[in-house]
Amino acid sequence: MLRATLKSLLARKLRLVLSGLAVLLGVMFVSGSFVLTDALGRSFDNMFSSAMAETDVLVSARPAIDVSELEGEPVPGMLAAADRDAVAAVPGVAQVVGEVQADGARVIGADGKVVASFGPPRFGANWTGETGGLELREGRGPAAADEIAINVTLAELSKLKVGDRVGVLTTKPKQLFTLVGVFGYEGGLPGRGPVHEIRFTEPVAQELMLGMPGAYTSLSVTAAPGTDPAALRDAIKSRLGEQYVVQTGQEAAAAIAGGFKTVLDLFNNILLGFAGVALFVGTFLILNTFSIIVAQRTKELALSRALGASRRQVIGSVMVEALTIGLLASVLGLAAGVGVGALLAKLAADFSSIVLASIGVPIAAVISAFAVGIGVTVIAALLPAVRASRVPPVAALQEVATPDRPLTKLTVSGAVIGALGAGAIAFGLATSGDAVMWLVLGGVLATFIGVSLLSPVLARPVVSVLGRLFSWSVPGRLGRLNSGRNPRRTAITAAALMVGVALITGVNTTITSADRSLRGDAETGFQADLIISGQESPGMLPTFDEALLPRMRAVPGIATVTAEYNDQALINEEPSGASAVTDLPAVVRDLSLVTVAGSLAQPGPGEVVVDDQNAAQAGLTVGSTVTVKLPKGSPMSYRITGVYQRAPFYGGFIFGTDLVPGMRFPQPSFAYVRLTDGADAAAARQGLEALLVDSPEMLVEDEQQYLDRELGEGAQMLLMIQILLGLAIVIAVLGVINTLALSVLERTRELGLLRAIGLSRAATMRMITVEAVVITVFGVLLGVAVGIGLGAAVVQGLADEGLNTLAIPWPAIAVYLAAGAILGVLAAALPATRAARINVLTAIAHD
Amino acid sequence: MTTAAPPLIRQRVETAAARASQVWKVYGSGEAQVVALRGVDVELERGRFTAIMGPSGSGKSTLMHCLAGLDSVSRGQVFVGDTEVTGLSDAGLTRLRREKIGFIFQQFNLLPTLTAQENILLPLAIAGRKPDQDWFKTVVDTVGLGDRLGHRPNQLSGGQQQRVACARALVSRPDVVFADEPTGNLDSRSGAEVLGFLRRSVTEYGQTIVMVTHDAVAASYADRVVFLADGQIVAELTGPTPERVLDTLKSLDRTAQPETEL
Repeated sequence: MLRATLKSLLARKLRLVLSGLAVLLGVMFVSGSFVLTDALGRSFDNMFSSAMAETDVLVSARPAIDVSELEGEPVPGMLAAADRDAVAAVPGVAQVVGEVQADGARVIGADGKVVASFGPPRFGANWTGETGGLELREGRGPAAADEIAINVTLAELSKLKVGDRVGVLTTKPKQLFTLVGVFGYEGGLPGRGPVHEIRFTEPVAQELMLGMPGAYTSLSVTAAPGTDPAALRDAIKSRLGEQYVVQTGQEAAAAIAGGFKTVLDLFNNILLGFAGVALFVGTFLILNTFSIIVAQRTKELALSRALGASRRQVIGSVMVEALTIGLLASVLGLAAGVGVGALLAKLAADFSSIVLASIGVPIAAVISAFAVGIGVTVIAALLPAVRASRVPPVAALQEVATPDRPLTKLTVSGAVIGALGAGAIAFGLATSGDAVMWLVLGGVLATFIGVSLLSPVLARPVVSVLGRLFSWSVPGRLGRLNSGRNPRRTAITAAALMVGVALITGVNTTITSADRSLRGDAETGFQADLIISGQESPGMLPTFDEALLPRMRAVPGIATVTAEYNDQALINEEPSGASAVTDLPAVVRDLSLVTVAGSLAQPGPGEVVVDDQNAAQAGLTVGSTVTVKLPKGSPMSYRITGVYQRAPFYGGFIFGTDLVPGMRFPQPSFAYVRLTDGADAAAARQGLEALLVDSPEMLVEDEQQYLDRELGEGAQMLLMIQILLGLAIVIAVLGVINTLALSVLERTRELGLLRAIGLSRAATMRMITVEAVVITVFGVLLGVAVGIGLGAAVVQGLADEGLNTLAIPWPAIAVYLAAGAILGVLAAALPATRAARINVLTAIAHD
Repeated sequence: MTTAAPPLIRQRVETAAARASQVWKVYGSGEAQVVALRGVDVELERGRFTAIMGPSGSGKSTLMHCLAGLDSVSRGQVFVGDTEVTGLSDAGLTRLRREKIGFIFQQFNLLPTLTAQENILLPLAIAGRKPDQDWFKTVVDTVGLGDRLGHRPNQLSGGQQQRVACARALVSRPDVVFADEPTGNLDSRSGAEVLGFLRRSVTEYGQTIVMVTHDAVAASYADRVVFLADGQIVAELTGPTPERVLDTLKSLDRTAQPETEL
């Protein structure tokens, strides 16, 4: 039996290749993700341990406000000069180097623009000499207050040369420096990873980056010869107390690398999520392939039953075939995954100038490759295998007739599963807690399975309507009839395509709805004529010099300019954003804020207003007191003087300007501008832009431009998701090719007959193409329908977050449909060519 | 009708509905070489019913396939009407099949997705031609399918299916209908119905039919029987009866090589 199975497997190479390819691609995605993140993780390990090579003990302060990278701008903790002296006094300490390093130092390049970072930090630091692997490549280190050195990465990007006068933006407005040196790191590296680095003299770094003279972000301690770093660590720890983090150099390197690895793990999980979608789609393909194979092999299976094979042997024979395909696909997928992972790691390393650690194959990659590859194939083949075992021996003697089994059972179970899925999504979105994500994901999965089960019932009417579009020609009509011939096969092939399209459409619907909701709210609520704001990037908030405010107000045509300062704060020990405004009544008017309680007059010192949602959550009313802690300075008490209704695009604590000196960025990051009646808007705008010449990151925009830019991120996210779901679509298209190829094989004699009675090659190809297009367009239609449903559910669930409009992205949907039709034509190419090449004579004789 | 002269000439040109001239068909090469046809010369007259007979492996099916342009020849020429089939491109062959040839196969003759009527009209639809309603009615009446036109093939018996196939072959009025063992899969009664219908279409409508068969009774419906053995035409009968056909076959068996007796 085993030999017979393997022989029949080899005899059907195309089928083997195509269904194997689907699994292979999924496995490749999975193992590639592991290999990539593993290689990058170890590269980070190496990078940080070499950075810490000369540090025996590292002392750093706990940040006053601990927000993770994902929650907001991380705020560095600070150590005072006294702390340094205390550490230096610990026995066994040979040397203490105070380090200042904070994100948010931006260089204005030779082209007058701020050198952009695609994500890595832009560190401003103090010059500590050629330590920690730093090597001067050109010039010297900064010695005077107006001198800086920058790393090679930044020098190349900014096209600045030693001797140039350079504008630098920090927490303070632009200041000019002379570039005196360019440095890199040992091993010929242009930087520590892709970071941009500016080194100032110590007092300047402290002033500009921390806003606190004499402060450090960390102390690098060298132990005296013969002193054990761990013992020294404990000695320093007992001396300094609990509010400091004291680690050996190795621990510190591991901790920093650990932080990066958290991000890498998240990245890995996202990739695995998309791999999961691809594999889910692959399951459809395999299920369908095996179903078709079993149907085609009915006679063969019946014969083996008639010759004495047991049901178990029949199931076994199908499962062995599945196992073989799964095993092969896993091995090849793992190999391809290692290749792709290594390639991507190499690209990432080159792109971000880190030294790539050797490529390894983590055990997780191997285990998941085989578990996933074999698991998916075997599970998908189970149902067809059981069906194969039910073929009665007498079928060997009958004409091959596979009567359409009734779809009732499928339809009922599809409706039940689909309803359960929809219920789970609705329930998940309505509740909150840790289970939400799993509930929603499970609901989406169940919905997909439910709709897939329902799709055969839908296939008949939809395919017949779709097919009418093509029925004007004989090949078109034949193609339509063929696609309606086996609704299960058409449906499951289309359902595979549905999954990817539904996810894309769902995300697009959500993003479009969010976009439309915000725009709608902005239209009614937003009364300012112009907004001054900066392009935000990680680690820093672009600001402009507050000294410009009076000059802005003097620009002809400008009525009011209301500035807003922003920072992270701890309010009653909860991390929160904190804004300070120069004129609250103006903000209330510009943003159409509504008073709920108290007064919305400009808050005086020690006064704050808050929106109703935050107030309700924290149990605050007018007259309550909150404790506010900023990155710099000690906790202060504020009294609530007013409560306003939360606007869809505006909320939180609003302070008066008394809060500003404690902020890390004590400069305005926003300004709302009103023009006088009949003012020349363009001239006023130019006047403002001229004043902002030293703050190249700040933009003067009207409402429309501001929203377009802010909401542009949604489009980028959508693009990313579409690219990552591309693989799922590719696999679904493989499924279409597979189904068609098997159909062509199955209908060889029929094709021969058609050719014999005068159907030309081109017409034969058209016929197959129409069949393919009907399937793909049906799949896209299903996907669009489910996707709109998912999007609507999400919009409904996020109604509290300000999503008040359901907007369906019709133009994009039209594109998806067109793309579906094109994919159909592409998918048909191979099977259609095969069909057209069929030799009439052998086809007629074909059994 | 004073134009009496031309028919003579035309007749000469048009006598043969299909013609093979010194046709050789060789499969494979070297040791494995099999010669299926050895210089066959045959003319199939217009308006007549010709049967091609011979033992298995005699080359009778190959000859028909070559005549119909389904298979290429190794040497020699094949004509359907005035058209030389040998050397036609695929597009040319497709056009030939559309315009001049009808087919009836032993089995699997109909598209399962189409009704009987749609199957019958399919060659015309493919060629983009309008059916001649009167002729269509005549054909359908002759094969006796009037009330089953809306049925799909799986709702018809084997004999009915084959009659649909016959109707399809005739509806476009091809120069030649090639029938490859059309009764091979039918019981004798259904077979007789199909053969009777083929006979009538020749007698009443002047259709040219070439049929390959190994059944002496089927062959007896033809005007002329051509016998093939070992790739060559070895005998011919006109006005055959089943007995004469069987006698001829027996005499062929006697003269045949020992291996053909296997």
